[in-house]
Amino acid sequence: MIELTEVSKVFNQGRPNECRALRGISLRLECGGITVFKGPSGSGKTTLLTLVGCLARPTAGRITLDGQLLSNLPERFLTEVRRHTFGFVFQQFNLIRGLTVLENVMLPAYPLGRPHHQLRAAAQTLLDRFGIGGKAGSRIEWLSGGEAQRTALARALINDPAMVIADEPTANLDSALSREVLALLGELALQGRTVLISSHDPLVFAADHVKRLIELRDGQMVGDGSC
Amino acid sequence: MPALLERQKYLIDYTLAALLRHKTRNLGLLLVYALLVFLFSSVLLLSQSLRREAATLLQDTPEVMVQRLVAGRHDLLPAAWLEPLRRIRGVSAVQGRLWGYYYDPAVKANYTLMVAPDRDLAANDILIGAALARIRQLSIGDILSLPTTTGKPLPLKVAGILDAASELLSADLMLLSETGYRTLFNPPPDTYTDAVLTVRNRREARTVAEKIALALPGSRPILRTEILRTYDAVFNWREGIVFITLGAVLLAFMILAWDKAAGLSAEEKREIGILKAIGWETGDILRMKLWEGALLSLTAFLAGYALAYWQVFYGGTRLFAPVLKGWAMLYPDFRLTPAVDLLHVLALLAVTVLPYIVATLIPIWRAATADPDAVMRG
Repeated sequence: MIELTEVSKVFNQGRPNECRALRGISLRLECGGITVFKGPSGSGKTTLLTLVGCLARPTAGRITLDGQLLSNLPERFLTEVRRHTFGFVFQQFNLIRGLTVLENVMLPAYPLGRPHHQLRAAAQTLLDRFGIGGKAGSRIEWLSGGEAQRTALARALINDPAMVIADEPTANLDSALSREVLALLGELALQGRTVLISSHDPLVFAADHVKRLIELRDGQMVGDGSC
Repeated sequence: MPALLERQKYLIDYTLAALLRHKTRNLGLLLVYALLVFLFSSVLLLSQSLRREAATLLQDTPEVMVQRLVAGRHDLLPAAWLEPLRRIRGVSAVQGRLWGYYYDPAVKANYTLMVAPDRDLAANDILIGAALARIRQLSIGDILSLPTTTGKPLPLKVAGILDAASELLSADLMLLSETGYRTLFNPPPDTYTDAVLTVRNRREARTVAEKIALALPGSRPILRTEILRTYDAVFNWREGIVFITLGAVLLAFMILAWDKAAGLSAEEKREIGILKAIGWETGDILRMKLWEGALLSLTAFLAGYALAYWQVFYGGTRLFAPVLKGWAMLYPDFRLTPAVDLLHVLALLAVTVLPYIVATLIPIWRAATADPDAVMRG
């Protein structure tokens, strides 16, 4: 379970371009199912996910994961938590150009030093599961948007994380591909993983397995409903 | 332990892939880097080999040389000094030498003329160094006329060309008979230019030299070790001059390396952000970049050093040879014995590889310690 208590995030603090992205968010996220953070651009959805996923630290407030305080952990331990607990699917996919699909999927596991044949087999299994096993040797630049999204999803799962964080996962996809990706995320929720999605796409709000919708506006929570 | 090795293997794999992804940039850097190492290694290998060559050649020369000084300047040595020198305990043989210089305006070069009693040369016969033969286009049987002190030309017949193996010291050398020498320079009879002594026990050479200084006031004994030291100093000086010149090249390289290695492109920063976001530690990224710097700089180092080695020992040492060998117009032409000094290699590694790796790591460290959340914002 993740718990946020009075969490705030200020960018460029003390400078003329200071920006308060989140203001005193308190929230408890239970494990399992899909939770969607909705809201217009600039509402603080992505910032909230970066804090939950240990990609950044809050300016104020506390974040705990299963009772362990994350907000003041040293960088090394934060990376450890990030590596084992979270898998990320970014809006722009953020795959590394010049590498193959398989290499991109294997990348998060490199620092763990798993035997190469095991890692390769695990990556190939994930790609097969998402229907792009045949593209394993292709370079990222040659993929379609849907294929890139699936590759990103496979990469998010290579370390077998308990939670998957997807930032605007349907933003660069057409409706058909969006439904496919949402179905895949739904499968992950069915397997018992916690899926956190930020989106302003109505398709996402209406997806199966979405159990909670949290609405943000101007860095504050303005709605919290179960589906 | 296997996980640690596997991890390093992954990092190297990723680094190689990263290097190949920016091949134009890295290849350019590699070429400039290798060129720099090549230049520095060439100077080091050449000057070091020249020193070794000189030391080898001088190994068989007499231990002590005696000159006469008048008013602090070298003067002709009276033949009467040879006997007292012979009587000094520890001296096994003494020989008076006749030698001098001749400036040839035709080729603007100085020759060293020396009497070689052991060669049994006829009055007008000469043996010449290979460089001298080359520059005057002389071969055996040709006549070379030199003006005597009276202005009359003295025709000298080339009876042989000196062995190319000793060219470092004999490039400008002309060996002739005592008669020929005395006709050419007309020195006072019963005088020599200097004398050389053979000492029974080499370790006593310094003691013998001290005895000579006491027995013959106005004499200056010179030990072979002192001559070797002078050669060392000359080559050190020449090497220093070349290094100062190369310093500018090194500086230019540092600026280039800093710009290329240190100036992270937006793409590289994004890549670092992605790697951190997907679970790489700052340390992993630093290690990856360390491998990148090490692979690039070591490849450049090995390529540059191997090229310099080939150039110095097998390629004719055309680069820097005029500066390091000296001899004005008469450059010795000989093949050096291949040799590598580990200390020099390490020193060269330290001045070329380490700064590059440091220059690479500092900005990477700055980028890698930042929060990876920027990657979430595209």
